[in-house]
Amino acid sequence: MYGFEAMTFNIHGGYLEAIVRGNRSSLLTAADYNNLCQCETLDDIKMHLSATEYGPYLQNEPSPLHTTTIVEKCTLKLVDEYKHMLTQATEPLSTFLEYITYGHMIDNVVLIVTGTLHERDVQELLEKCHPLGMFDSIATLAVAQNMRELYRLVLVDTPLAPYFSECITSEDLDDMNIEIMRNTLYKAYLEDFYRFCQKLGGATAEIMSDLLAFEADRRAVNITINSIGTELTREDRKKLYSNFGLLYPYGHEELAICEDIDQVRGAMEKYPPYQSIFSKLSYGESQMLDKAFYEEEVKRLCLSFEQQFHYAVFFAYMRLREQEIRNLMWISECVAQNQKSRVHDSVVFIF
Amino acid sequence: MEYIDNLPSMDLMRSEKMMFVQLILPVESAHRAVSYLGQLGLMQFRDLNDDKSPFQRTFVNQVKRCAEMSRKLRFIKDQIHKACLTPSSNSSSQSDTDLEELEIQLAEHEHGLSEMNANSEKLQQTYNELLEFKMVLQKAGDFLLPSESPMTGQDTELNDNVHISDDYADTSSLLDQEMLNGHSTQCGVGFVSGIVPKSKVLRFERMLFRTTRGNMLFNQAPAYDQILDPATNEMVEKTVFVVSFSGEQVRVKILNICEAFGANCYPVPEEMTKRRHITQEVLSHLSDLKTTLEAGLCHRDKVLTSIGFHLPKWMNMVKREKAVYDTLNMLNFDVTKKCLVGEGWCPIFAKTKIQEALQRATCDSNSQADIIFHVKDSLESPPTYFQTNNFTNAYQEIVNAYGVAKYQEANPAVYTIITFPFLFAVMVGDWGHGICLLLGALILIVREKKLGSQKLGSFMEMLFGGRYVLLLMSLFSIYCGLIYNEFFSVPFNIFGSSAYRCRDATCSESRSIGLIKYQDTYPFGVDPSWRGSRSELPFLNSLKMKMSILFGIAQMNLGIILSYFNARHFRNSLDIKYQFVPQMIFLNSLFGYLSLLIITKWCTGSKADLYHVMIYMFLSPFEDLGENQLFSGQTFFQVMLLLLAVITVPWMLFPKPFILKRLQSERFQGRTYQSLETSDIYNDVEFDSASQPDPEEFDFTEVFVHQMIHTIEFVLGAVSNTASYLRLWALSLAHSELSTVFYEKVLLLAWGYDSLVIRLVGLAVFAFATAFILLMMETLSAFLHALRLHWVEFQNKFYSGDGYKFEPFSFAALNDGED
Repeated sequence: MYGFEAMTFNIHGGYLEAIVRGNRSSLLTAADYNNLCQCETLDDIKMHLSATEYGPYLQNEPSPLHTTTIVEKCTLKLVDEYKHMLTQATEPLSTFLEYITYGHMIDNVVLIVTGTLHERDVQELLEKCHPLGMFDSIATLAVAQNMRELYRLVLVDTPLAPYFSECITSEDLDDMNIEIMRNTLYKAYLEDFYRFCQKLGGATAEIMSDLLAFEADRRAVNITINSIGTELTREDRKKLYSNFGLLYPYGHEELAICEDIDQVRGAMEKYPPYQSIFSKLSYGESQMLDKAFYEEEVKRLCLSFEQQFHYAVFFAYMRLREQEIRNLMWISECVAQNQKSRVHDSVVFIF
Repeated sequence: MEYIDNLPSMDLMRSEKMMFVQLILPVESAHRAVSYLGQLGLMQFRDLNDDKSPFQRTFVNQVKRCAEMSRKLRFIKDQIHKACLTPSSNSSSQSDTDLEELEIQLAEHEHGLSEMNANSEKLQQTYNELLEFKMVLQKAGDFLLPSESPMTGQDTELNDNVHISDDYADTSSLLDQEMLNGHSTQCGVGFVSGIVPKSKVLRFERMLFRTTRGNMLFNQAPAYDQILDPATNEMVEKTVFVVSFSGEQVRVKILNICEAFGANCYPVPEEMTKRRHITQEVLSHLSDLKTTLEAGLCHRDKVLTSIGFHLPKWMNMVKREKAVYDTLNMLNFDVTKKCLVGEGWCPIFAKTKIQEALQRATCDSNSQADIIFHVKDSLESPPTYFQTNNFTNAYQEIVNAYGVAKYQEANPAVYTIITFPFLFAVMVGDWGHGICLLLGALILIVREKKLGSQKLGSFMEMLFGGRYVLLLMSLFSIYCGLIYNEFFSVPFNIFGSSAYRCRDATCSESRSIGLIKYQDTYPFGVDPSWRGSRSELPFLNSLKMKMSILFGIAQMNLGIILSYFNARHFRNSLDIKYQFVPQMIFLNSLFGYLSLLIITKWCTGSKADLYHVMIYMFLSPFEDLGENQLFSGQTFFQVMLLLLAVITVPWMLFPKPFILKRLQSERFQGRTYQSLETSDIYNDVEFDSASQPDPEEFDFTEVFVHQMIHTIEFVLGAVSNTASYLRLWALSLAHSELSTVFYEKVLLLAWGYDSLVIRLVGLAVFAFATAFILLMMETLSAFLHALRLHWVEFQNKFYSGDGYKFEPFSFAALNDGED
């Protein structure tokens, strides 16, 4: 159907595309961020946000605010919007929207399992979970002792079940293999999502494959950097890279053998899109890499709004909102801790 | 000319004269002064701190406090709503409370309420637990009960207990015995009993099944009572369960799962007697708790009612206070930091009232310094303010929907009041339908007070807002219906008998031919005997078409004349000479002439073909008109008119831009070589040509192109707008034909049968079609067409509509805006 979306897209997707584009226009702008960065207290932030679409969500909060409350309420707004879109969506858009949440689901599973391992209270952990990644029996995760049980008891009912095929072992859970599990799941998830988008075809496939490839490459770089100096073997490391993206397969070979950040840099600079990211960093520095990647991601997400009649706008919108909430969290945290000089360190302007 | 200037000013003709004022308020009386101005509601403040974000402004703390208070008020309102109390609204009796006092009171109330809530929640929690325990005891008791009879055979069957985990297919009776043994260590079979929300039962059971690999027995029974969930304040259905299993490790897992699912587990003793004993205990506890809970709720309700008594007043007060501080935030501190400086617009007539209010504020706050109020010059154009009443408001809104009038521009709403309903009625001319509409409008108007105070749906609200438009529309519709002589498309002989009658007896069946006029013309409206005749349509079409053109030309002329008054008001002689005059000549020499021909034809009864006259006036103006001549010297007259029309086009196009250019270059020279005072004189000239862009950026090509567009638009518009008025005829035709169809093909057809059922059905269909198609859809479409005729054909002749509305700081508007 490539090229003919304009004829049929609006039958099912038109309303929601309009909704999502309308929602996008309520994202905070650079002017908003500038104002927010000047705030002295969290109440100032609340006051400023009350003029934006977050207003109704924050107006009933009693005065000594906490960063968590702000973030919670802002996330609530995102969740409400997501739910509204999901209830209006028809196939295949509804599946597409559900795919967006699987990432959070994986994070939540990992959060609960790690938390239980360190004997945290389950209720407390549940509060920390991202509401988009909740599923029915999530609390039961605490019962499981090893991956096999985890799968058999709980996850077999969730959409994550197929991703588990590669990591069912009877080993007891520990920090290391939880992390490996997370990355294996993520790999399977991204590949599945990628295949799904390819199946949809048209502009959705084109734009989503670009966005997902970026995501996969970023994960590959992060895995590499985080696994430097751990006992993870090169082969194991390579197994965690997703089997698509710009770096696949030759970049992966190079990344797999990297032993320090500069080697990663050397491997990445061969790819022109990433060269610009790395050229902003000085040698030996990996602190600002996250921000550089986020900035690049935001740029790409914004670009996806330039085309019409495709589903990538939903993905892009959700990601941009999440970035916005991250920004708000950072700003609030900086304001709350009187670290205003560091406000600009991690805020990624969206517009 | 002087006569026109000396006419008394009518409120609605032009927007109120405004002035730009500056207020210097001493800090101590500023708050009071602003709140008095809010009560007066006649001053629009300008934001002097535009560049500052909300939290950098002076009174940000007060605004925050107000926001906090309104949050508390919302909390209390929420509580009252939750407790299902209706807030009483007789709040006039109480004396005014101070804001600070209120803040303290509110904090106390909130604290008290949340404490009470916490207490009652705790109590509720215990109560729930006991209630659940009671249910579990009873239900679980039922599961465990049957086991009592085979108690004797217990020992004999002990051997079998070894197998129970392998073959659970027939274990139910065996398990019962195990339960009896309870935690008997012989084989490690135990049970867990508890209660779980009904919605989770299925998943709960599945999870248990998976964890134990099927080695368990799950018994469930619905609890007979619903349990109040304290978090959501809703009743939740729950299910009692008893899980039997074997092995101590499994017990831990099951308890974990219970916790994960939010299932509350309660220990149930196995012996009957013990169980009874506990049940008794629980029951007595329950009744105690219940009385405590009820007492607590009663107390809370009492407190809430007493708060609810003041609530509306407090909310109002806080809202006002917040508005006052928001306004104060728009003001600037002067250099000494002792005074606040405010700027804004107010209508000139309100000057004394505002000064009085300010005086009062100074007195009441015992301020040493007076509030200074003085008029300033402003570069920006003043806001547009019309004082409307219930009746005129809807019409003003119709005009505003297109664009708010420029300051002091001629207001089309004045004419719209009559022309709008009239043009509507020309399209929906039927006095039967008119009466229906009139009844509807009257119902809305009679119940005005009641409907105005309550919240209506969006559609009803629209209808209610336009009730006076509806009233005039229906009245005119009755009038036009009488002229068209249509009552649900049926003609009546109200004004005497028809002027026509049969020539002889044979034509009694064939009504259409052989009629002769035997008496004077039917005195009012269309003769009823046209109805159903073969020439009905040609006659009515010709009548309505000509009528539409006459109305159109009249209304467009009115529009152009209004442009004269606009130009006159703004002292823009250029526009009069080079726009109004040629436009007038152009329109009237072509279409004014057509109107003249129409009227002449009606008066003389001539059979001239007007199409022919109009078309050949352009194609061959010098040709003799022959039998189409209406009056002598017509050919010469036509040639003259045509020449005039041709001359006016360059007249409209060229002079204005060139004159503007000359003025501009003169002023430029003045700037360069003359002293400052003389350039002031030229400022008047600048004011004359108000339509030109900013003098610094005078761009001749732009002005010329603009003028060219304007000219072309007018010339082509004269033709297309006149044609556009033919929609009056088209819609009128559609309406009358449609109602004829419904009348003849539905009502008369059904009446033709001799069956009551068919007649009733026919009547119902007719009523339905009349109500929904003719009264709603047709009315709506005619409304839209009338709207278009006003917005486009009428208003583009004179109305620029680029002003902005006067939005005074007013407490009354604040209350209107609430939810």
